[in-house]
Parts: sequence; C-alpha cells; structure tokens
Amino acid sequence: MARVDEAGRIPARRAAEPGLAAAAGAFALRSLTAVGSIVVLLVAWEILARSGTFTPFLLPKFTVVIERIASDMWNGIWFTSIGATLYRAVVGFLTAAVIGVPLGILMARKMPIRWFFDPVVSVGFPAPKIAFLPIFILWFDLYDTSKILMISFNAIFPIVAATWAGTFTVDKHFIWSARSLGASDREVLNEVILPAAMPQLLTGLQIALPISLIVALVCEFLMGGNGLGGLMIDSQRYGDSPGVFAGIVSIAVAGMVLIKSLEYIRKRLLAWHPEAEAATV
Amino acid sequence: MADNLVGTSVRYLPILIIAMVWELLPALGIVSESLLPPMSVILLDFVRLLGDAELYQHAGASLFRAGTGLLVAIVFGVTAGVLMAWYKPVRVVLNPIVQLFYPMPKSALIPVMVIWLGIGSASKIVLIFLGSMLPVIVSAFNGTRGVEQVYVWSARSLGASEREVLWEVVLPAAMPQILNGIRTSLAICFVLLVSSELLMSQEGLGYLIGILGDNGIYPSMFAVIFIVIAMGFLADRLYLMLSKRVLSWLE
Repeated sequence: MARVDEAGRIPARRAAEPGLAAAAGAFALRSLTAVGSIVVLLVAWEILARSGTFTPFLLPKFTVVIERIASDMWNGIWFTSIGATLYRAVVGFLTAAVIGVPLGILMARKMPIRWFFDPVVSVGFPAPKIAFLPIFILWFDLYDTSKILMISFNAIFPIVAATWAGTFTVDKHFIWSARSLGASDREVLNEVILPAAMPQLLTGLQIALPISLIVALVCEFLMGGNGLGGLMIDSQRYGDSPGVFAGIVSIAVAGMVLIKSLEYIRKRLLAWHPEAEAATV
Repeated sequence: MADNLVGTSVRYLPILIIAMVWELLPALGIVSESLLPPMSVILLDFVRLLGDAELYQHAGASLFRAGTGLLVAIVFGVTAGVLMAWYKPVRVVLNPIVQLFYPMPKSALIPVMVIWLGIGSASKIVLIFLGSMLPVIVSAFNGTRGVEQVYVWSARSLGASEREVLWEVVLPAAMPQILNGIRTSLAICFVLLVSSELLMSQEGLGYLIGILGDNGIYPSMFAVIFIVIAMGFLADRLYLMLSKRVLSWLE
C-alpha cells in the first residue's frame, strides 16, 4: 500500500487483482472499444465528406487522403519528407537532452550555476520561445542548422527544469549514506542521484518530445525545405487539400509512434520503480 | 519589502548580465550589428513602440484571439473531462479520440485552419481552442478520477443530488489538477498564437514580428519579440497567483 504514491493508482491496482485472465479480457475489451470508436470517427469523416455538406476542398474524403499517402509513399516523397521532419525533431530533441540533463544536474549541485541559470529558466520556461524563429533565421539561415537549433532551444527548458527539480529533491540521506560508505562523487551521481531523479527526468523528456515535433513543423511551415511541413504548406498554397490532410494524418501517426516509444523506454528504465507496479499487474 | 526588492534584483541579476553582454558584443565588433542590434538600440525602439498606437492594435488582436480560444477550451475541456470520468459511456466514446489527438503536434492544424476559416481571427481562435483543449480534458479527467470516493459516498448519503455532488464535491477536489492542466494550455496557446500569426495573418504581434523581419527593421523586431516573451512570462505569473487564490478559497 505504502509503495503506491498516488491516490489514483490504488483503485487501479485493486481492480486488476481478480487475476491475469480477467485483466487480459478487460484489456482486450478496451482495445476493441478504442479501435471501434476510431473506426467510427473515420467512417463519420468519410460519410460527411461524401454527403456533400462540405466541398472536397474543405473536407476531402478519408479514402482520397489515404490514396494520396499511398501514392506519396509509392513515389518516395513521403519517406523523404517525414524522414527530414523526424530527423530534425529527433536531433533537436537529443541535442536538448544532451545539454539539458547535465545542466539541470549542475544547477541542483552547484550554487553559482544555479544562481546564473535559475532566472533564465524561470523566465524562459513559460515564454513562447517560438517568437525567436525570425532571429534564428537571421542568425543561422534557413537550413537544417537553424531548424534543429530552434527545436533544441524550445525543448531544452522543460528538460532542464525537470532534471533540476528531480535532482534537487533527492533525499539527502541517500547521498550521505552513500558517501559515508565511501562512494566517490561519480559513484554518488551514477548510483544514487541519477536513478532517484530518473522519473522526473523522463517526465521532462516526455514533455520536450511533443514540443520538438510542434516546433519542427512550424519551422518547416515558415522556412520550407524538404520536410513534411514544407510539403503541407505548398499543398495549402496550391489549394491541394488532400495533400494537407495527408500531412496531418502522417504526422499524427508518426507523433504517436515516437511518443509511445518514449513511454515504452520509460517503462523499461523504471521497471524497478514503484510506479511500474501499477502498470505491470 | 526592501529586503524583498534586493532579493529579487539579486535573483534576476543574471538577466541583466546577459543584457550587458548583448550590448557589448556588437559594440566591441565581435558580432556584426546587423545580426545583433545593441541592447540599448532595442530598448530605445521598445520605448518608441510603447508610444505607438499600432502596437496596441496588434497586441489587442493577439490577446483577443488567445483569450477567446483558451476560454472556450477551458469550458469545453473541463466539461468533457469531468463527464468522461463520471459517466462511462462518455468515456468509452471520447477516450480513444482524446488518445488519438493528444500526441498529435497541434501546429499541424495551422494549414487546415487557413483552408477552413481563412487568415483572419477565426482560424487562430479555433486552432488555439483545439490545441489547448486536450491538456484541460486530460487533467480534468485525471483530477476527477482521483477524487476520494469516500467524499462522494458521504455527500450522497447526506442526500446530495448528482448535480450537487459534481459541483460541490468533485469539481473542488479535482481543481488542483485542472488548474495545472490549464497552465499547460496557457503555454500552448501562446505558442500556437505566435506560430499561426507568423505564418499567415494580417494583424497581431506575430504578424508584426514577421513584417518587421521581412523589412529588415531588426531592432524593432527584437523589441516586439521581447514584448511577446514578456507577455507569455507575465501571463504565467499572473495565472499562478490567480490559481493560488482559487485554491485558497476552496480550502
């Protein structure tokens, strides 16, 4: 009981207790209703589009959009576009993580660094940093560099803030006991601080990943280039709405896959943590 | 009070240091002035802009779009989230749709909004509404589900109607989570506002930034960007103060 930290988790665990078969049944039922209501949504889209309530320009048929995606896949443009977009988003995200995590840890551990970056993070975190886009164009031109840097710049704030908060709140007793047992600074960091801060650190990454995708698209809308965003904005300019909807469906699926992958990584990394228990039953 | 002031200024000293380095870099010729206008020039332009009626017209358009979209999103989002948690049929129907749209990068909707509603205010308001509704739904849903069943049972046993239980027990208990979700939405709404105005618009602060940049009037462009950043930051601070108030009323 005491190992479950959130009130909401206890009922969930209890509900799953009747046994594996029942749990699997409930899961199957849930997946079925989920797939069902998505299918209903898509069918409703198709019927609405066929009914003539809206012109095909305003709402192309779902089947037309799927055909469009298939033909874009066939001639390869789909793969190069989504590849370019995901490449920028992921590289920007990883750059932000590689800089942001150490910075967050240093902020928690070293007073001068905390003093300098605390106001920067607290002003920058809630501010709409996307407004810097024209400045990044001015400084770094229109190509991959400026897009990736813009993505990192937007994604780094939640990562730093979450890592800092997670590291800062690590129980001091753990650190003291590790030290008194003769652990070096490095060992304390790797064996005590990082594992204890891991849940919050991952939450920061989980906030930063969707931000990376949002910013990647906006950058491509504004600067063009061979990504999905550039493709969508061209379609919109030529009044080619199946192209626009094809882009939305593609990025929705790609976003879902990326975000679910990070959720999966979280589960693997935190298999030892009490939070995993609620989910594994 | 004086202590507080000194504390605040020491705390924000690093921002001043960054501003001074910003001023020195072009002055010493390390960075070209066209790439990085000196901070003093930007500040002068900022002061000049504050006396310009055009700035307020653009700021008014932006705030109207963000405010309307966010407000409608809060009303719809809280209603949908609470109902999803409270009534199973609503949950069964809405949950997969929420799950489907939640991870989607909301900026992808910008071109569709232009196709549907043109480049005026309506496309921005609907975009902000759709983009900022999901965090509110999810937080209202989680908040409502997390309400201690004991409170609900005791309210019922004291003869409270379904409606009274929702308004008097469930909503206040779910409020901390709901307020948290709205804070996320507040940040998202500014991002969507600025992006959509930068891309396709004829007024608003995002449009102003874009047009100043296109014409190479960089010091003014930097000044407007700082105004937008400051607005986002201040909105967040105001919201935090407001939500603390709301929570202390509910105590």
